[in-house]
Amino acid sequence: MEILVVENIVKGFGGVTAVQDLSFAVSKGEIYSIIGPNGAGKSTVFNCINGLYRPDSGTISFGGRDITGLNPDKIATAGISRTFQNLELFSRMTTLQNLLLGRHVSTTYSIWQMLTFNFRNSKAAKQEILQREKAEDVIEFLELEPYRDRPVFSLPYGVQKLVELGRALAMEPDILLLDEPAAGLNHEERQDMIFWIQDIRNELGITIVVIEHNMQLVKDISDRVLAINFGQKLVEGSVEDVLRDQSVIRAYLGEPAL
Amino acid sequence: MRLKRVYFEDIRLFKTTASLVWTLLFLLLLFLVPFIFKTYYLSVVNLMCLNVIVALGLNILVGNTGQISLGHAGFVAIGAYTAAILLQAGVPFVFTLIIAGLVSCLVGAFLGLPSLRLEGPYLAIVTLGFGLAVMVIIGRMEMFGGRMGLMIPRIDLNWSGLSYDRTLYYVFIIITILMTILAHNIIHSKIGRAFQAIRDSDIAASVTGINLVHYKTLSFAVSAFFAGIGGALWALYLQFVTPGTFSLMMSVLFLATVVLGGLGSVTGSVLGGIVMTLLNLQLEKVVTVPLFGDLIVFLSDTIMNPSGIANIRWVLTGLILILIILYEPHGLNGIWLRIKRYWNLWPF
Ligand SMILES: Nc1ncnc2c1ncn2[C@@H]1O[C@H](COP(=O)(O)OP(=O)(O)OP(=O)(O)O)[C@@H](O)[C@H]1O
Ligand SMILES: [Mg+2]
Repeated sequence: MEILVVENIVKGFGGVTAVQDLSFAVSKGEIYSIIGPNGAGKSTVFNCINGLYRPDSGTISFGGRDITGLNPDKIATAGISRTFQNLELFSRMTTLQNLLLGRHVSTTYSIWQMLTFNFRNSKAAKQEILQREKAEDVIEFLELEPYRDRPVFSLPYGVQKLVELGRALAMEPDILLLDEPAAGLNHEERQDMIFWIQDIRNELGITIVVIEHNMQLVKDISDRVLAINFGQKLVEGSVEDVLRDQSVIRAYLGEPAL
Repeated sequence: MRLKRVYFEDIRLFKTTASLVWTLLFLLLLFLVPFIFKTYYLSVVNLMCLNVIVALGLNILVGNTGQISLGHAGFVAIGAYTAAILLQAGVPFVFTLIIAGLVSCLVGAFLGLPSLRLEGPYLAIVTLGFGLAVMVIIGRMEMFGGRMGLMIPRIDLNWSGLSYDRTLYYVFIIITILMTILAHNIIHSKIGRAFQAIRDSDIAASVTGINLVHYKTLSFAVSAFFAGIGGALWALYLQFVTPGTFSLMMSVLFLATVVLGGLGSVTGSVLGGIVMTLLNLQLEKVVTVPLFGDLIVFLSDTIMNPSGIANIRWVLTGLILILIILYEPHGLNGIWLRIKRYWNLWPF
């Protein structure tokens, strides 16, 4: 079943057309990778999907519902969460607070109920405790215990990447968009990241779309791969087929594709 | 393995028995103040209360949400004038207070709208203009007494059986405590977390489902609510209001209070409000300090204009701010935390 359908989206910035008439569809439960050389338009696709950019034309539908042009917070609420190529964390807040922000939408108490926050049996306190438990589950899942109460700017880069992943997971999304999850990680951290991504799909059943330059990671995790260049689709298919494709090799010429 | 913890421990008002005991002792002290000190000191504490309340609200906007307001005196003015008019009309104090807060809150929500599009210096200019405009408009309107201002009748405090001054003191203290708890709850709830998220990264905030329009407006509204309450108390404290009171200088001093106290911290707002009030009352006396005072008078006579000595308060306030920003970015709250840590380790 197709959960995310992108149809003929176009996005330009002044003279540059970053995405040109691109279409693809992601099935529920798969790990779908998007590859392409620098500047191919991969991140722009994510930004269009989660509402940070409004596509010039084309439609994006999620779970059968048209989400084109909605605000990012509406799209997040609908069940799409993401990470960023260059980390977007709440850097002065602690790991725990970052994860609790992942629970923001699910934390349901009003500003009036907040007034009774200090009483153990109030709706607000119960909600806070419930959401805290959910956040702790994510901390446990990603083994973030040692960093729980530290402001995230003080954490090593690899851990910050995990916190961002954790925040996206805490949202309990139906689909997770990961923009270069392994960028800047060393070999060992990258192996761990592969493990987490597989775990997220296998144990939590979350559909994953991942943009990645590291071909080993792409090979290890992908069910299907989409290669793009200059904002256009080159090929789509299994890992082996895509990485063997002449147009992909040509696009990467100068960069080792393997 | 996770050690099962009671998470309520982390959100309750008093996290340790020690903090509960200290707070109770502090409250007892506040209760006893009228029995120990002269009436003059009660009015000093009242002034502290006003500043603390406005600082609490401004800190939510500036320290937690990362927005700026150079026009907070405008909200204080709106609260004060609303209170003045309602009290003159004989509306009971409790309602007056709440309405003053809500009127200011509403205006705050409107002023919040430009903050959706503007950032940093641009927002500073808009809020600056707002503060000045409020002052000018009030000064021009007959209904508000023009430049002469309005007298505020004393409220009925006979029910207490205590003197007016003492009762007023308790009223101020109780309202300040309630507002402090409110600020604490806001900051530690999902709402405060959303504010801080916007401060740290509005992109990340929006992709985690935070409605930026909603929360930025809310932050301005909440902040203005505190200023409106502060303004109503101000009217009661001064017993008359003139537009000149709510000048740009007042807005700047509120910002200074928040920075001095510590951005984003409730304790910081409280400490900042208390210390800034004292500084304002005491700094003029600096000219009476031997040697240093003479030096200042001399400098003032030679490089400033002869009447410049009256501005020495502002000069010293500015100096203190610069030192705080350079050496203690977390303000008085930072110093406070370090003292606490020291005592926790004491005597080892
Ligand atoms: N906000 C923007 N304003 C102007 N141009 C942009 C903007 N965002 C992206 N672009 C341009 O769009 C093109 C595609 O950028 P995009 O970030 O999507 O590439 P990418 O495939 O993610 O590359 P990389 O692998 O380096 O991350 C680039 O030419 C880039 O300069
Ligand atoms: Mg990119």
